[in-house]
Amino acid sequence: MSAPAIATPKATKSTASLRHRLAERGIDTSLLMLVPALVFALALFVYPFSYGIGLTFQPTAAIQEKWGAGVFSNYAAFFKDSFVFDSIWLTMRLALPAALFNVLASIPVAFKLRQRFRGKRLLTILLVLPITLGTVLTAQGLLIFAGRQGWLNRFLIQIGLIDQPLALVNNYLGVMFSLVISGFPFAFLLISSYLSGIDPSIEAAAKTMGADWKQRFRRVILPLLAPGLATTFILTFVLAFSVFPSARLVGDAMGSTRVMALMAYRAFGEQTDYPMASTIAMMMGVIELVVVAMVLLWRSFLYKGSTGGKG
Amino acid sequence: MTIAASKFESLELRGVGRSFGGTDALVDLNLTVRAGEFIALLGPSGCGKSTALNCLAGLLPLTHGQILIDGKRVDTVAAENRGFGMVFQNYALFPHLSVEKNIAFGLQMRKVPKDELKRRVAEGIALVKLEEHAKKLPGQLSGGQQQRVAIARAVVLEPRLVLMDEPLSNLDAKLRLEMRTEIRRLHQSLGLTTLYVTHDQEEALSMADRLVVLRAGRVQQIGTPEQLHNSPANWHVADFMGYRNLIDLDVTAVNGSTVTVQDEGITLRGTAVQPATVGEKVRAAIRPEDLVVVSPGSPVQGGNTTTATVSVVEYHGREFAVDVTTAGGRSLHVRSDHAPTVGSVVELTADPARVLVFRADLTDPSTLSTQEQELAEVRR
Repeated sequence: MSAPAIATPKATKSTASLRHRLAERGIDTSLLMLVPALVFALALFVYPFSYGIGLTFQPTAAIQEKWGAGVFSNYAAFFKDSFVFDSIWLTMRLALPAALFNVLASIPVAFKLRQRFRGKRLLTILLVLPITLGTVLTAQGLLIFAGRQGWLNRFLIQIGLIDQPLALVNNYLGVMFSLVISGFPFAFLLISSYLSGIDPSIEAAAKTMGADWKQRFRRVILPLLAPGLATTFILTFVLAFSVFPSARLVGDAMGSTRVMALMAYRAFGEQTDYPMASTIAMMMGVIELVVVAMVLLWRSFLYKGSTGGKG
Repeated sequence: MTIAASKFESLELRGVGRSFGGTDALVDLNLTVRAGEFIALLGPSGCGKSTALNCLAGLLPLTHGQILIDGKRVDTVAAENRGFGMVFQNYALFPHLSVEKNIAFGLQMRKVPKDELKRRVAEGIALVKLEEHAKKLPGQLSGGQQQRVAIARAVVLEPRLVLMDEPLSNLDAKLRLEMRTEIRRLHQSLGLTTLYVTHDQEEALSMADRLVVLRAGRVQQIGTPEQLHNSPANWHVADFMGYRNLIDLDVTAVNGSTVTVQDEGITLRGTAVQPATVGEKVRAAIRPEDLVVVSPGSPVQGGNTTTATVSVVEYHGREFAVDVTTAGGRSLHVRSDHAPTVGSVVELTADPARVLVFRADLTDPSTLSTQEQELAEVRR
């Protein structure tokens, strides 16, 4: 360029104090508020997690002898020992349908509870109440209510509807019930809040444009609700995937509900093989991450902006 | 331009009412709308105007009355089958669909063939001049553009009736004026029958062929802008039409329709809109433009004068807006062609024809609920 270059003035040295300049970049004493969280994260997550990863590469002599593969012996054992490996499928078989059911069943309920009607508050309380029950309490209740000698079976036999007690607990069904009881209120609460974030006048507009309820749901509500459904699915899936107490208490711990958490516990508690237990725990994390990543990938193709409501 | 309104002869609202629980949001609305008319429903918030619109759209079921088009009932038809277009205050665009798809939505619902759909969407976009923004999502548009999409979305369906619920109240002042003209232009070029809800009397007066003024769910007056502006039926309508001075006075003399009204420190002659008798409490309504400070340029009109003390003077370009206080402590808004000194006593005058005298009571108290009566007490 022929035009005389305009001399760019050297950045003038700031006269503000160092403290002031650091504060401009977000470094000041308010950072101290992060200390408790950091301490907890380091002490209770980062350190044990890295330690656990380290453990997986220190297989016990017995494992090394049986499965070979040197430092990767634990992983070889995980993939080759069908007793352990099958637990992935057994866990998925519980967690995926449970999460899916919780999400899908919450949608109509959340819709109904969006309207105003008598007894709405009572119904909401009843739906959310199970959140306050621990898994152990739920399991206990299920055993008493739905066990072979439980109220339900005795009642059904007495009125002559069945001859043999129904096998509702100590199997796959029992765990499924428990997962729904503890997961549904959670999914319902989340979906309700997502739904209330959608401006009702958007649906009214679709109505005046001639869309019947099916079209309104499919073309307007569902696309706006889908990111929320994905998030809810992920959260309930993670909850269900790490199922442990109910799998043991109301499930068939060594059979149809031999979930990964139980396998890890078995390696840790019964075989005192910490490295193998860590390996199973790590693989649990990996599988959860894969499912979460797939759902998030699907979610990334959806509209995620404002839905016009109170959000 | 091939977008045109679907034709009908008349839309009739017969005793339309809506109550929520025990409260009446809308009572006995009777209105006949001719095809192509632009009707504004005007009133303060909570007066039932939006309720009336939602009832018409079918979003709220009626609790009383009927809605008929050419003698056929439509209030029993579901909202999605009425064939009315609606424009919402907050636009209510589908946030996940582009401008094009928002406009196409209703046509898709009606299973319009693809070629025709494309053509009509393009026309709709052209109508509101949004060609460059056709592929954008609503969130990427300004408020005015979003409202134009909402209007296009309603009119491409060639609705029998367009319902607009305060469509301009979320826009800034300049945009509001532009959109007002735009809506009026669309209405005239497409011949759309329009029902327009607003709380802005200026908007209503400038746009509508006829106005319906509502208060507490009840119709106060139906008429052309001129009728409402010049001869409001009661003081509430007068209040809405810019009669800012509402003065409670006693009638001291009646001579035909001319009445003399008086109170501590103020005496005026006016025209009784509703019959008045001597001794009755009445409410006089005067526009600030009609009550002026006497000066060489504005002489006393009809011998009608009263005095007051100047409290505030504002410069308004062509004239001065003056607030005065009467001997009785009442504040009045008047106009002046010169700037009077604050604190000085001035003489005011008004044409007796422009001093409208109304009954102080708006309605027959027996038709009001106890709650409304209490409210009326508080307001008095």
